[in-house]
Amino acid sequence: MLKRVTHLMLPTVGLGLAVLFWWAASVRVPDLPSPVRTWQESRIYITQPFDKRGETDQGIARLAYYSLLRVARGFLLGIAIGTPVGFLLGVSPLMTRMFDPLMQVMRPISPLAWLPLGLVLFQKSEPAALFAIAICCMWPTIVNTMMGVRAIPQDYWNVAKVLRLSRTTTFLKIIVPATLPYMFTGYRLSLGIAWLVIVASEMLTGTPGVGGFLWQEYNSLIYAHILLAIITIGVIGFVLDRLMGMAEATLRAA
Amino acid sequence: MAFLEVSGLSKSFSSAKGVRHVLRDVSLSVAQGEFVSIVGAMGSGKSTLLSILAGLTTADAGRVTVDGQDVRGVRRDAAYVFQNYSLLPWFTALENVRLAVEAACPNLSRDEQKARARQTLEQVGLGSAVNRRPGQLSGGMRQRVAIARAFATNPGVLFMDEPFGALDALTRETVQQDLVKLCSSAERPVTTVMITNSVEEAILLSDQIVPMLPGSPATLGAPIPVLLTRPRSAAQLAHDEEATEVRSHVIATLTAALGGRTRRGQAKAGPEPVTPVALATEESR
Repeated sequence: MLKRVTHLMLPTVGLGLAVLFWWAASVRVPDLPSPVRTWQESRIYITQPFDKRGETDQGIARLAYYSLLRVARGFLLGIAIGTPVGFLLGVSPLMTRMFDPLMQVMRPISPLAWLPLGLVLFQKSEPAALFAIAICCMWPTIVNTMMGVRAIPQDYWNVAKVLRLSRTTTFLKIIVPATLPYMFTGYRLSLGIAWLVIVASEMLTGTPGVGGFLWQEYNSLIYAHILLAIITIGVIGFVLDRLMGMAEATLRAA
Repeated sequence: MAFLEVSGLSKSFSSAKGVRHVLRDVSLSVAQGEFVSIVGAMGSGKSTLLSILAGLTTADAGRVTVDGQDVRGVRRDAAYVFQNYSLLPWFTALENVRLAVEAACPNLSRDEQKARARQTLEQVGLGSAVNRRPGQLSGGMRQRVAIARAFATNPGVLFMDEPFGALDALTRETVQQDLVKLCSSAERPVTTVMITNSVEEAILLSDQIVPMLPGSPATLGAPIPVLLTRPRSAAQLAHDEEATEVRSHVIATLTAALGGRTRRGQAKAGPEPVTPVALATEESR
């Protein structure tokens, strides 16, 4: 019982302290809206989340929907490329030696750096955003899938050899199931990155979504909405991570 | 020529620490349908020998033939039982066995493959556990599935690497009896090479016992025939005269070889130490 109380209590206390800190900061910095003012100015976005009052003035659920749709497309593209590449690098030491240095160089490049290149390549903001998301989020998928393949116990390879399984059967019945938990760890990390990238790319391209909204409200000097957007981004990112974590746990248990 | 013939087999592994000679001049012949046990201490190179016989590993020198053909890779009619079961945890018992059937007989329909897998699992008493996954089975049941997987493909030659090593004494005996049953009811004679560190188990199951003489490199001793009538049971073997004789023969051979190794070990520590690398160059000359 006590454990359950502290389970709920402690996060609430932590949250309360953060709000307190926010309030204290808003007292010292006049431009920063206090928690109460933020709520008053943002209420309409939350209580009427599906409203569309104008192209840029929409309920928070609508904005989140645009962002999530874009993330989903970029993320799917990223893992659609990352998963097979991961398998290839996992089974072939030759390929690993060929591409590993390149990967190590490309991995730390910020999404902000890929976006202009995407704009040059595709001329439009939407495909450029997808390009940036895909290329930034595929690394964890590649690396985890690769590690998963390498971590397959020798026993399973022996089974494949002894049963004289064909390449296709070995891949489908041994390599993929053995790698699945690792793959999902990769997907979870990839989705986290995709969500980070979306905000940056929307800010730069000005497309409608939570990130675009944040930048536009900053330019319109409505600072309360910046905080609304920040909180929304955090909550959605948290929910996404939890959902992927649940999928991962289900897989590991199976 | 015997069904399984091994002559002049040698194997060494090289690593950063030097060359380690595992097997030297190993010869063995097994008649068709015969059950041979290779008995030796742990780490004496038995598993290496078995994986060479099965075509999982290649030897440095020497020749292995099965049914007159040189062994290159795993044979189509060979089956292998691993010590640690090596079942695929994401499949049910039935699917684990069916996969072996599918690989061996791709022209059978999926239902026929399943029927065959189910039938073999029933033979080892797992008829009611076919839809369970390895994680939901006990050690003995898992090894039964592994044995069923080997027999479901109707193999001509069977290799077993300490198949009962991970089981407790009581389970061990029932699984051994299941193995005997499968061997005797198989459609064609199964030539079996089993590795074990239990002399008792070897006497219970084999027609011939071959002691693995430890040392680096190790080699095989002269085969000791086991002429006891079948069926045999562990209880009966405990008092049987012939069994007692075989037992003491095998143990004497193994302990004598072990004594020899320690003496050689002491010689090594003498004034002229022989490093592994030096040994390697000597032998390659």
